[in-house]
Amino acid sequence: MTSNRHFARKAAVALLAAPLLAVGALAFIVAPAAAAEGRDPAYAAARANGTIGEKMDGYLGIVGSPSTEIKKLVDDLNIRRKASYADRARSQGVTIEEFAFTQGCLLIARTVPGEKYQAPDGSWQTRGSGPARVDPRCPSAG
Amino acid sequence: MGASERQSHFARGLIIAGALACSVTLSACVNVNAPSEPIVIELNVNIKQEVLYRLVDSAEENIAENPEIF
Repeated sequence: MTSNRHFARKAAVALLAAPLLAVGALAFIVAPAAAAEGRDPAYAAARANGTIGEKMDGYLGIVGSPSTEIKKLVDDLNIRRKASYADRARSQGVTIEEFAFTQGCLLIARTVPGEKYQAPDGSWQTRGSGPARVDPRCPSAG
Repeated sequence: MGASERQSHFARGLIIAGALACSVTLSACVNVNAPSEPIVIELNVNIKQEVLYRLVDSAEENIAENPEIF
């Protein structure tokens, strides 16, 4: 009898916990996509097809020969990136370049397979399933 | 004999004496040649890395606050 009650309680806990776990798992799956959610569709497409990539200096670069639209898109994003770097560099008491470089380390590490990034030797690389090749000075590289 | 001429004679004598000393005690002579490539000492590497570690949190925050530009 006691064991039956025990079982009932366990089952109830399991029933309650299951949806919570599912929601938790879903949050994990959705989280990486959330970063891409705020992107302009043209920007998202250019990243996905490798037209543009993340440079080591914290800015976007154009991989092939640039079209006028792509150049405008990249310039606009880089200007806005620089403004954010300038704000944060000032509050941290470092140069814009230092902050931008740190940001570049993170942005390269966060590229997803298929996206382009600049390797420490300056060449464009396509992110594979393994980790990206980042500058040895990058914090994530230890 | 002028003073400068006497000096240059003296200098030449010193060079000859030095050269002789070198050739006599060959093993004691060290030739130092200037390198053809400029010597570059990267002093800012370690300092920079220290700075970068300090900036990671702010950089993460930047991505979270401005997802549309990253």
